[in-house]
Amino acid sequence: MTTNILEMRGITKTFPGVKALSNVNLEVERGEVHAICGENGAGKSTLMKVLSGVYAHGTYGGDIVFENETVEFKDLSDSEAKGIVIIHQELALSPYLSIAENIFLNNEQKGRGGLIDWNKTNFEASKLLARVGLRENPTTKIMDIGVGKQQLVEIAKALSKEVKLLILDEPTAALNDEDSDHLLDLILHLKGQGITSIIISHKLNEIKKVADSVTVIRDGKTIETIAKADVTEDRIIKDMVGRDLEHRYPDHTPHIGEELLRVEDWTAHHPQDSSRVMVDNVNLNVRAGEIVGIAGLMGAGRTEFAMSLFGQSYGSRISGKVFLRGEEIKTRTVAEAIGHGIAYATEDRKTYGLNLIEDIKRNISMASLKKLERYGLVHDNEEYAVANEYRKSMNIKAPSVLVKTGKLSGGNQQKVVLSKWIYADPDVLILDEPTRGIDVGAKYEIYTIINRLAAAGKGIVMISSELPELLGICDRVYALSEGRITGELPVEEATPEAMLKLMTMEKPR
Amino acid sequence: MSNPNPPILEETHVGGGNVNPVENTFTDRLSHVLADLGKNGIFIALIAVVVLFSILTNGILLRPQNISNLVVQNGYILVLAIGMVMVIIAGHIDLSVGSVAAFVGACSGVFAVQWGLPWWLSVILSLGIGALVGVWQGFWVAFVGIPAFIVTLAGMLIFRGLALVVLGNANIGSFPAEYRALGNGFLSDVFGDFEIDPLTLGVGALAIVILIVQQVRTRRGRQKYGQDVEPMAWFITKLVLVSAAIGFFAYSLASYKGIPVTLIILAVLVLVYGIVMNRTVFGRHIYAIGGNRHAAELSGIKTRRVDFWLFVNMGVLAALAGLIFTARLNLAGPKAGDGFELEAISAAFIGGAAVQGGVGTIGGAIVGGLIIGVLNNGMSILGIGIEWQQAVKGLVLLLAVAFDVYNKRRSGGQ
Repeated sequence: MTTNILEMRGITKTFPGVKALSNVNLEVERGEVHAICGENGAGKSTLMKVLSGVYAHGTYGGDIVFENETVEFKDLSDSEAKGIVIIHQELALSPYLSIAENIFLNNEQKGRGGLIDWNKTNFEASKLLARVGLRENPTTKIMDIGVGKQQLVEIAKALSKEVKLLILDEPTAALNDEDSDHLLDLILHLKGQGITSIIISHKLNEIKKVADSVTVIRDGKTIETIAKADVTEDRIIKDMVGRDLEHRYPDHTPHIGEELLRVEDWTAHHPQDSSRVMVDNVNLNVRAGEIVGIAGLMGAGRTEFAMSLFGQSYGSRISGKVFLRGEEIKTRTVAEAIGHGIAYATEDRKTYGLNLIEDIKRNISMASLKKLERYGLVHDNEEYAVANEYRKSMNIKAPSVLVKTGKLSGGNQQKVVLSKWIYADPDVLILDEPTRGIDVGAKYEIYTIINRLAAAGKGIVMISSELPELLGICDRVYALSEGRITGELPVEEATPEAMLKLMTMEKPR
Repeated sequence: MSNPNPPILEETHVGGGNVNPVENTFTDRLSHVLADLGKNGIFIALIAVVVLFSILTNGILLRPQNISNLVVQNGYILVLAIGMVMVIIAGHIDLSVGSVAAFVGACSGVFAVQWGLPWWLSVILSLGIGALVGVWQGFWVAFVGIPAFIVTLAGMLIFRGLALVVLGNANIGSFPAEYRALGNGFLSDVFGDFEIDPLTLGVGALAIVILIVQQVRTRRGRQKYGQDVEPMAWFITKLVLVSAAIGFFAYSLASYKGIPVTLIILAVLVLVYGIVMNRTVFGRHIYAIGGNRHAAELSGIKTRRVDFWLFVNMGVLAALAGLIFTARLNLAGPKAGDGFELEAISAAFIGGAAVQGGVGTIGGAIVGGLIIGVLNNGMSILGIGIEWQQAVKGLVLLLAVAFDVYNKRRSGGQ
């Protein structure tokens, strides 16, 4: 008898041509919160898929011992029957169904005659919602609640299945700080009720907050398991990247020139509800060679501001003035904005940034095909050469530019998006969460690229929810709250405390 | 413009001379061949169908007259398939093309027969009407934002109805000879009356020469830019095979009546639209929109405008198909174009287009259309009834797409 609820021994999993996991060991104690860390592509998700039966027994090597019993799962329902529930990064909820219906999906609460008993369904659901601390009516549709609450519904769903081991894959990736805190508290609360959790995360501060032990995986191998007392950010980072990362942000000496972009009194309303102000009288400017940050909590209107500015891609009743090098310009369509030298790299690469079924080459050229046109025809050899140069200079890890972007890792996808916009050769580049979902090593590369762009005289506007990142690479930071600019500080004066105060400053009512 | 790269790239520019170190190993060559076969599975399917029916029909399928018939009988479907695959690549569908073809055929009957306008004017006016139909449907799809499925389902009813209105419940015939040539004319005997038409053979030879020159130039261009090219042996093998096919095809046509006018129209369309889709900004935008509409929009592509012109183009091609069909029957009737949309859509999907959009080629759609054509023709020769022909074609469509899905899954795509 050990106190371990789970032991994975010598797990090895190969895909054609790739060894995703080699001899991975993982021991999770009963009743603890165990964090798994590693760069993207390190093998964390593969390991969890092996554990939850997504990869059936027999397709991998090694043993899984759960509650002192060797288990051989053939699929997800096998592992759920034993009390192992995995909550994926992309939530598996149906937006048009109610909270209660989602919780009991494929586990419907039947009454007499085998028909669904809706009273029982909703009653049981409300009990589960109380357990996860979500105050919502169980009949509310999933699409009407925020991502943070949806995450809680997923956990309620897991609890409905009598979960013993809860696996959370990057649970806070899409949440704001407040929702993240709530979720982490919930995990600790569930621990008090005897539920063991495995949490996969990039975010070192939250790991430090909740985890009792941390296992770091790199390149498909376990590096080490660290007990809570010994956990430090530096040690985890060192394990993850395999080297000391003294400088998380590259050095950058600004050479700031004339003003490139100035936005005056920019206001935009919600696209469906045109009485709701989403961006409220924003004034800001960017100079050549300058990296300007926009900090704000979720829902502060950062993306809304950027997209309304970029060809009115977001919002309704948009007003305000835009000046490029002192001259007023119009940015009514995306083409017009690009024509004036403004580019916007989206926070959501997969939905808004890339054509995932096309190759790297065609994605890079997508916004600048006119440049490649000769006598009305696209010069495809030139296109190949251009894309290949970006592959090398941006260090996009792919055997050739003919690889589909859907097959690249997050960091490499982001480099393709950046290549696309750098090739479009804008004066001002708006980067919305350029390092979201990217591992530590690739982040550093992205920062280097941003510095290179600034050094070449571009004006950079960087939007990020990670305050340390903004303070690490920007020259000047704006704080945005409820659609308004609540402050502007040079980076030397922008302490996290000062910024947070500005970012949470509410509108005078 | 010769160096459009911004100075931010510190790395040295690496141009050509990127030699693949394993170029000459046997496995590398083999993998090239296999990759090619995988990509061109549709061609192999066509060859398989042709071989199968040649055997089953004791060679009747490949007789000169039948080969000529194959082209003429399927011409209008192939014209539609070209427009259809473009619409499908952009993520739409057009269910109205059969009705539009009937409507335009009816209008052309009024112009050429009832009003007695010159044949060329009738053709131009009819294509114009097709364009207007496209403007109408494009407007609803692109600028109002109604799904193309609904707009063209409505169009299917609207234009079928209008065709009946124009015809006034009667057939219109018979058309002037020049007009009829669109559907069953032949280009031959220019150099006198020979057993085997020299003009057709000459055109065939020219096509082979152009093909070889173009392929060699493309290969050289790619090498110059340091791209991977297929092994020389395989390159030559492919050229020889394709040249032989063209030669056989030309010889067959030459020993029958010469080059069908429909084939000339088709060849021009395939060439022009092939270039449009592969090499023009407009074509690239179509693929970009089909692959990810949001990303295309945020890259500055005017998605609505592209959608609109796609439907205008489809309208014109549907009109052309209507003209060819009417000319072939020498009759504009109320049942014309019945089910054309389904054959054209099948052709596009058999040819490798994806239902979600973003994937597909003109060449694929043509080969898909030919597969349907050979099935139709071969089964007719065998005396198989129309009921079984329908069932077999349905099955082929299903299997073709299933094969495609299986292939993608195996190669690791989601």
